[in-house]
Amino acid sequence: MSSTSYLIKNVRILGGEATDVLLEAGVVAAIGVGLDAPGAEVVDAEGLVALPGLVDLHTHLREPGREDAETVETGTRAAAMGGFTAVHAMANTDPVADTAGVVEQVHRLGREAGYCDVYAVGAVTVGLKGERLAELGAMADSAARVRVFSDDGHCVSDPLLMRRALEYVKAFDGVIAQHAQDPRLTEGAQMNESELSGRLGLAGWPAVAEEAIIARDCLLTAHVGSRLHVCHVSTAGSVEIVRDAKSKGWNVTAEACPHHLLLTDELAATYNPIYKVNPPLRSAADVEALRAGLADGTIDIVATDHAPHPHEDKDCEWAAAAFGMLGLETALSIVQHTMVDTGLLDWAGVAERMSAAPARIGQVADHGHPIEVGAPANITLYDPAATRTIDAAESASLSRNTPYAGMELPGRIEATFLRGRPTVLDGKLWEGTA
Amino acid sequence: MKRHLLSAADLTRDDAELVLTTAAELRSLADRPIKKLPALRGRTVVNLFFEDSTRTRISFEAAAKRLSADVINFAAKGSSLSKGESLKDTALTLEAMGADAVVIRHSASGAPHRLAHSGWVRSSVVNAGDGTHEHPTQALLDAFTLWRHLGESKPSGLEGRRVAIVGDVLHSRVARSNALLLQTLGVDVTLVGPPTLLPVGVESWGVETSYDLDAVLPKADAVMMLRVQRERMQGGFFPTPREYSRRYGLDGRRMATLQDHTIVMHPGPMVRGMEITADVADSDRSVIVEQVTNGVAVRMAVLYLLLGGSESENNE
Repeated sequence: MSSTSYLIKNVRILGGEATDVLLEAGVVAAIGVGLDAPGAEVVDAEGLVALPGLVDLHTHLREPGREDAETVETGTRAAAMGGFTAVHAMANTDPVADTAGVVEQVHRLGREAGYCDVYAVGAVTVGLKGERLAELGAMADSAARVRVFSDDGHCVSDPLLMRRALEYVKAFDGVIAQHAQDPRLTEGAQMNESELSGRLGLAGWPAVAEEAIIARDCLLTAHVGSRLHVCHVSTAGSVEIVRDAKSKGWNVTAEACPHHLLLTDELAATYNPIYKVNPPLRSAADVEALRAGLADGTIDIVATDHAPHPHEDKDCEWAAAAFGMLGLETALSIVQHTMVDTGLLDWAGVAERMSAAPARIGQVADHGHPIEVGAPANITLYDPAATRTIDAAESASLSRNTPYAGMELPGRIEATFLRGRPTVLDGKLWEGTA
Repeated sequence: MKRHLLSAADLTRDDAELVLTTAAELRSLADRPIKKLPALRGRTVVNLFFEDSTRTRISFEAAAKRLSADVINFAAKGSSLSKGESLKDTALTLEAMGADAVVIRHSASGAPHRLAHSGWVRSSVVNAGDGTHEHPTQALLDAFTLWRHLGESKPSGLEGRRVAIVGDVLHSRVARSNALLLQTLGVDVTLVGPPTLLPVGVESWGVETSYDLDAVLPKADAVMMLRVQRERMQGGFFPTPREYSRRYGLDGRRMATLQDHTIVMHPGPMVRGMEITADVADSDRSVIVEQVTNGVAVRMAVLYLLLGGSESENNE
């Protein structure tokens, strides 16, 4: 491991007054104006905002099984380029991450790649089939130390199985991250159920199919005294239900995805499956409710649901296309655009929702700490004054399915430090790392 | 007219009336001993059918041949949804063969839209029915049939006429295209069906809706019955086929409540005894067979206007 230290000059921690930050031996060694550190690499951070390294609770890295879409290495490169120092890899791989062996493999691949820490999410049920519990305890006790369990992509729709899962993970303080989608209400669903879905002849995915599951799961969580995390909340009604559950003191957290904070279902009228995602893009009123919920803390975190797919799975008819879109490299820009530039969140709020809170929910000890002396040197340097036009071909991901191609977005990641080592420097992947 | 015909909404009132008057001229050909015109000689029309539909395919084929176009029929086994040859690769093949127009039928809503707008082909694309989305040439032939029967000298005479479209509107591409086109032509449209078979948001379509067929029939100038597909019968959209027929089927008793001039239409294929009884289908009011004849003339008009009639516009 390199022992180079880095002196970051004139950076604005959480957008505050400019100061210097010295990273040494994997931790923040000093903070102060006019620091001097002979031998340290100097990073000119004039105008840049320093945030604690971002943590994603919802990433699809596709390995093992779909290495044509993404690998742990390419996915974590994309994560680093997006300012992330830790990601949670979802369990819907092939084989499914439902045993200690698979979660340990994903964990190890992440460590070898070295671009960001990879925490494996374990499946709740064997093969994501929703029939019987996977060996949650074995995954929790494994070297991967799994604490987040999810059948994401599928809903744990059986109420009894969901109750048992919530109860069982109390033994190791785990959390069930639910993909809230009633399967019967969404058979064949292609887009948000709305006046537009009726006109386009695309089968609708009604808001109630999400809200009914969230309401049920909140009640179950309260009943058994466990911890629930709601993945990719997409509707105004869901925000209301989560708000109500929190007001009762129930242990419920929730996430919103960048695309649901910006894009609306009108895009489906193009029939271009680049906009096909699950849960689907919703109405402008839903977008407003999500932003308000994220601002007031009802929604705890932003999670990307980064979902790479090979070109042929999107270059086809809408109904034949895969659900999902890339998210890691654009997440912070979308959050700036929708939350910061609109005055809904300040940079401290962004740090809470994209680093501290996801680290807390995922129980990731080394991440999400405030930037202060002695903290692990996981830091993202961001230029909020920059603008960039998104070019899918430039993505560090193996896949190209970004819905933002051609859009001009604010902000740019200038550097990402993982335990004091750069993974991104001068806006480029730093290849001296691994 | 636009370069493609993907949706009935692509047609302005002038466009739609031009198609109908052109179809009227072309229809007179059917009564002549030699039924062929040289209008599209040397042009190639591809019928690209990802979904079985002998009737529609034959209709387009006859239309293209009567205009002297070369016709290639391409029946793709299954759709790309079943992991066969992809729509894109098929399109690239057709492009390489030099198709001037592609007539596409596909089980996926929006497939013609993708074909026209993904840069895969340069030819004109005609939607011959896509999923539960649209079937614009069916709407044109229905409008043509209405025009001929409601006895007006010009298509604009359809203004203010009342048409009831009855049945499974939710899954019907025919209903969607008709609702759009007939409104463009100034027709008052009422969609009738059980609440489970009317689409979410239908109240914003600009049409009237009703759950009560008996209340609608006496006011209608035409009644268009939609097919109820077998798979819907098991889908829980209504309790039993018998109950559906009782509430929304057109039988002799209901036919007796129609005005004298009112016609009965059906896009075919019919499920006799389900949405329509045999005595109604075979009655004097029924124009179902004539719809088929009119289909050829209307499709000739569409191909002619897309490929031949607007050459000067294409050069702009």
